[in-house]
Amino acid sequence: MLRAESPASVLSTRVSTLRNMEHIISVTVENKFGVLSRVAGLFSGRGFNIESLSVAPTLDPSMSQMTIVTSGDERIIEQIVKQLNKLIDVIKVVDLNETEFVSRETAIIKVHTKDADRAEALRIVDIFRANVVDSTPSTYTIEVSGDPKKIEAIINLLQPLGIKELVRTGRVAVAREPIRSTAVQAKKVARE
Amino acid sequence: MKLTGAEIFIECLKREGVKTVFALPGGVVLKIFDMLHQQKDIEVILTRHEQGAGHMAEGYAKATGKAGVCLVTSGPGMTNVITALADAYMDSVPVVCFSGQVPTNLIGNDAFQEADNVGLSRPCTKYNFLVKDVNDLAATIKEAFYIATTGRPGPVLVDIPKDVSMAKAEFTYPNSVSIRGYNPTYEGNKWQIKQAAEAIMKAKKPILYVGGGVIFSGASQELLELAEMTQVPVDMTLMGLGAFPGEHSLSLGMLGMHGTYQANMAMHYSDLVIAIGARFDDRVTGKVSEFCPYAKVIHVDIDPTSIRKNIHVDIPIVGDCKNVLRELNQILRATVNGEQKDLRKPWWDQIREWQAAHPLTFHQEKEGPIKPQQVVKRLYELTKDRDPIVSTDVGQHQMWAAQYFKLAKPNRWLTSGGLGTMGFGFPAAMGAQAAFRDRLVLCIAGDGSVQMNMQEMATAVVNKLPVKIVILNNGFHGMVRQWQDLFYEGRYASSYLDTTPDFVKLADAYGAVGLRVKKVGDLDAILKEALATDKPVIVDVPTYPYENCYPMIPAGGCNHEMLLEDPPELKQKQSGATKVAPEDKDTVLTA
Repeated sequence: MLRAESPASVLSTRVSTLRNMEHIISVTVENKFGVLSRVAGLFSGRGFNIESLSVAPTLDPSMSQMTIVTSGDERIIEQIVKQLNKLIDVIKVVDLNETEFVSRETAIIKVHTKDADRAEALRIVDIFRANVVDSTPSTYTIEVSGDPKKIEAIINLLQPLGIKELVRTGRVAVAREPIRSTAVQAKKVARE
Repeated sequence: MKLTGAEIFIECLKREGVKTVFALPGGVVLKIFDMLHQQKDIEVILTRHEQGAGHMAEGYAKATGKAGVCLVTSGPGMTNVITALADAYMDSVPVVCFSGQVPTNLIGNDAFQEADNVGLSRPCTKYNFLVKDVNDLAATIKEAFYIATTGRPGPVLVDIPKDVSMAKAEFTYPNSVSIRGYNPTYEGNKWQIKQAAEAIMKAKKPILYVGGGVIFSGASQELLELAEMTQVPVDMTLMGLGAFPGEHSLSLGMLGMHGTYQANMAMHYSDLVIAIGARFDDRVTGKVSEFCPYAKVIHVDIDPTSIRKNIHVDIPIVGDCKNVLRELNQILRATVNGEQKDLRKPWWDQIREWQAAHPLTFHQEKEGPIKPQQVVKRLYELTKDRDPIVSTDVGQHQMWAAQYFKLAKPNRWLTSGGLGTMGFGFPAAMGAQAAFRDRLVLCIAGDGSVQMNMQEMATAVVNKLPVKIVILNNGFHGMVRQWQDLFYEGRYASSYLDTTPDFVKLADAYGAVGLRVKKVGDLDAILKEALATDKPVIVDVPTYPYENCYPMIPAGGCNHEMLLEDPPELKQKQSGATKVAPEDKDTVLTA
């Protein structure tokens, strides 16, 4: 999982306007060495933005599934999809924004907790249906998953207690059923 | 029977029909060289620098249409060939480059002459492989040639560690290749082609804008038919020269930054741009926001990423130029009638008016300094009946060659377009000459560029590659000097070459033939003498140092706003002022 190249680019993508939309692109690739660097190199070499990228093998171990969160205007996104398709190790590219999709992100947050804060932390965990996965006399380690807004919200609430460490997986996403012709559409867009 | 990796390598090359390998050895590829040494089917041309090997493979590929092959060693061998790979990638040249790598157990250990070859070449190859197991070698080489020559062609690197070339495996060469993530689209969408045909029928001011894709796809005949049938004028890109006969009445010549007046004006005022195998490079579009403001755009290209990358396209057609043009012609043949000619008469009248108003011009005084354009023009006139292959380096001389050397057929023009690689011309010409030993191969070079791969003269002499180099010697990096005169108030920062070698003596030192044209009256005689020589020749032609290349669209400028001659203040400076540079240069040249 890769974070964006600079904090500034993260901030800029959060403000999604009509011109510069955030897109989630699902990419099926060959599961072999060097593929991640080909994809990452494409983005850096052509000046495209990556907000997050997550990758893991699919059910078929010869392939991996990448979820890339990126942003750009219509023309840039079209180029990103086409350029990804052009990579020989890329098997399929779907711009999930062309359809309905579900996306999730997991965060693991280590929070300082003393005395009364411990109860407050647990209340927050409860509200967000998060889990405490590790506990020491002075910290809780909390695992939460959901859409990015939910993650942002729990981070905001936990911040006053003092966040010691925070890791996020970046988003993974899948199109809602029925997919219908999503894949076909994406290929068509790419081939035009 | 089991073969070593090196033997497998040779068997694969034979099966791919490779006749020539441009190569330079080193420690980790010695096993392969040793095997090459013991066979007769594949010729090994030993170059003096790996960049030369890469450009020779490019020249070979451009002239033959087949993949060019080069072989280099690890580390510095690889880093030296990178420029040629990047050049091939930009200009879509099918090159398969084999590099040696340190043994697999040493990879990553900073071993002697180790470099991350796959990492280094990733951004400048279409694809690259590191072969870790000798059992994968044959299939990998098959895939490498397949990827390099199909779809939009490009360079492919195969990195072979030393132990892989030594190890043994059963040899079987696959008959076919199937890569699930790589399926180029060859057939254009029929509905889109129909739309395109309708748009062409209706257009009053159409223009064909054709690029290197037409040449790689072998679609020149189809293009000729389309243009003649519909009476649409043809603009060629730098890479597309030769795709359409340069002297054909429908040809407007090259377009772009140093394109002809009529080519750029026709582009700007057209109502339908039919782009075929071209990619709307910034040297063609100029200011994108004001590019072809009145036109609908049809774009035919095998690479989907080329379409709508730089400019908006109304009718995109992804496919092989030849197939698409064939289908397009089929539809048009049934529908075209005499009406198109009448419909487009005003357009042609306008184009002829542009043509007459500002043809390519230069002024050659009888006793004055030799004008570079005159050299290219005479070289063209003296050789056109011999159907020569012409290569160039990069700079002013390249643009003059593009303007005045009118190619009749494809695969005759070897030039570095996208990357603009100085030093490309001479080795590329040698690559073409290696493929066609009996043909006339010319290299039009600048005195700056040619020095970047001068060492390959040794290769040319040893391997009997009788390339004829004509150096337009102005003592400057001429294009840089032109920009400095136009945009940097004439401050010649690092553009004056000061001590250019005596190219005649240099040729002699290498065992080639050196000739010099001392005055314009001798030009024809010396060129003829060079053409009659069966050895590599350098013809050194000292030219007027301050000649500028026009028309010119300043970078980021608009296509209909061309500079057609030196601005008045520059003219005045050029004629009146005494310059230190040319006097110095004269003494150098006559010394």
